[in-house]
Amino acid sequence: MKEFFAEAFAEGMLSMYGEAILVTLKITLISTAIAYLIGIPLGVLLYCTSKGSIFPNGPLNAVVGFVVNIIRSVPFIIALVMIQPLAKIIVGSKIGDTAFIFYLVVAAGPFIARMVESSLKEVDAGVIEAAQSMGSNNWQIITKVLLPEAKPSLITGSAIAITTILGYTPMTYLVAGGGLGQLAIQYGLYRFNENIMYISSLLLIILVQIFQEVLSRLARHSDKRIRNK
Amino acid sequence: MAEMIRISGLSKEFGEEPNRFVALKDINLSIETGDIYGIIGLSGAGKSTLVRCINYLEIPTRGEVVFDGKHMDALSKKELLAVRQSMGMIFQGFNLLAQRNVLANVCYPLEIAGVPRDKAKARARELLALVGLADREKAYPAQLSGGQKQRVAIARALATKPKLLLCDEATSALDPNTTQSILELLKEINRTLGVTIIVITHEMKVVESICNKVAVLDEGVIVEEGAVKDIFVAPKSDIARDLILPKGAAVSEMPKGRVIRLVYHGTESDEPTISNLTLACRVAVNIQGANTKKIGDKVYGQILLQLPDDDASVKRIYNYLNEHGLTFEEVN
Repeated sequence: MKEFFAEAFAEGMLSMYGEAILVTLKITLISTAIAYLIGIPLGVLLYCTSKGSIFPNGPLNAVVGFVVNIIRSVPFIIALVMIQPLAKIIVGSKIGDTAFIFYLVVAAGPFIARMVESSLKEVDAGVIEAAQSMGSNNWQIITKVLLPEAKPSLITGSAIAITTILGYTPMTYLVAGGGLGQLAIQYGLYRFNENIMYISSLLLIILVQIFQEVLSRLARHSDKRIRNK
Repeated sequence: MAEMIRISGLSKEFGEEPNRFVALKDINLSIETGDIYGIIGLSGAGKSTLVRCINYLEIPTRGEVVFDGKHMDALSKKELLAVRQSMGMIFQGFNLLAQRNVLANVCYPLEIAGVPRDKAKARARELLALVGLADREKAYPAQLSGGQKQRVAIARALATKPKLLLCDEATSALDPNTTQSILELLKEINRTLGVTIIVITHEMKVVESICNKVAVLDEGVIVEEGAVKDIFVAPKSDIARDLILPKGAAVSEMPKGRVIRLVYHGTESDEPTISNLTLACRVAVNIQGANTKKIGDKVYGQILLQLPDDDASVKRIYNYLNEHGLTFEEVN
């Protein structure tokens, strides 16, 4: 035990963990944020163009749904390889943290779009009808009714999204990015320093727990349908 | 009186052949300013579709709706949204925004109409006072009872000073006492604000307590229409009669033999009509059901009488009733 700690927290190790945590957080938060910027409009589009919704459009819905499904069905590790040329064009590099953020955004965007769509489906159709009866246009229905009414569910969804993205971050080692995952693989897998691997993994687990807990509380707190909090 | 709504030749069909479903067939209605107009029918009769054709949430397949002089089908999308702001609507399920408090719910239609925030709040508070919920503006819908939710919905529907209020089964989810208080509120709104009200319901008691006119809808067709008291006294359609008869007195389940429905109104309520009848005609009659109702400001009553089997007695009874000017009809 003593040896474990001595080795795991050797000279300079603490700052290495600290830096790895920051890099992991940076990658996770930035890619989640950008993925939501893409996922929310896509999710809204999927919901609003579906049959019986506020502006049904079968062909558009089918095309967007098809593209979303295609991207979602390609395994992340393969998609990452496939879209490297695209990364070169868009972010200027195939490797590194920025490129990895790009890969995560491409993979998570459609996934988030589906989660947003499913959150919007939970909004009571009667409330939308009431908004229509009061003369709301579609933009007002989206911004004043659908998204605010779905807010607690969207926050719950974001907890799933962010923890899933966090779970993908170790793959950053494939493109020479940094962070906790890189640490675990670099030391644990290639240098047989299992202690660092365990500690890096433990830190990842703690991060997941924190995100999940904070966002769950936020969702609950923001939901006005719950009487006794 | 000016005409608020004119519906002519309106039909609504859903789906394509061979699965086409005709929800409404050739509806013609005229609703005047100041009316509380009931549209009654059993579930599936097309009532909700009809009310949604009025504000064009459903677009009629044929025919037209004229609201306050405006032809609904001739409006652009933008004009339609503006016209909807002059029609309020309330629902069976209240349909309040669950994530907004009471005040913000009432402010919603004003936001849509572009009213500045402070003016909207002032107007919303006025309306909450009108519906008796001035002290609950910070509450969320989940913290309110059904009756309170419907009051908020009424305040919200009235926020933009509509000329017309559409009520889609607005009391069907409420208990009898709450129903009565909501109906009183609607009546008061009609009287004090001059708002024309259309009431969709499957309950005759709702129509009796607030409507002045009623249309009976059955399988997408208006089977009869007129003043509530006229239809109560002399219903022409089976469906209207079924809706009027005392609860539990289903004509189809009555014993064989002649059953008549005796209607009395106003002063006759004080006369011992049945006792007099049995004494005068020397027959025994069986009362199958009876009740009294207040329609407008008059009291009406009805009695279902099972008559003896022999034609002679029946003839005597009919003569007696006719001589005394009592309204009756055979129901089976």
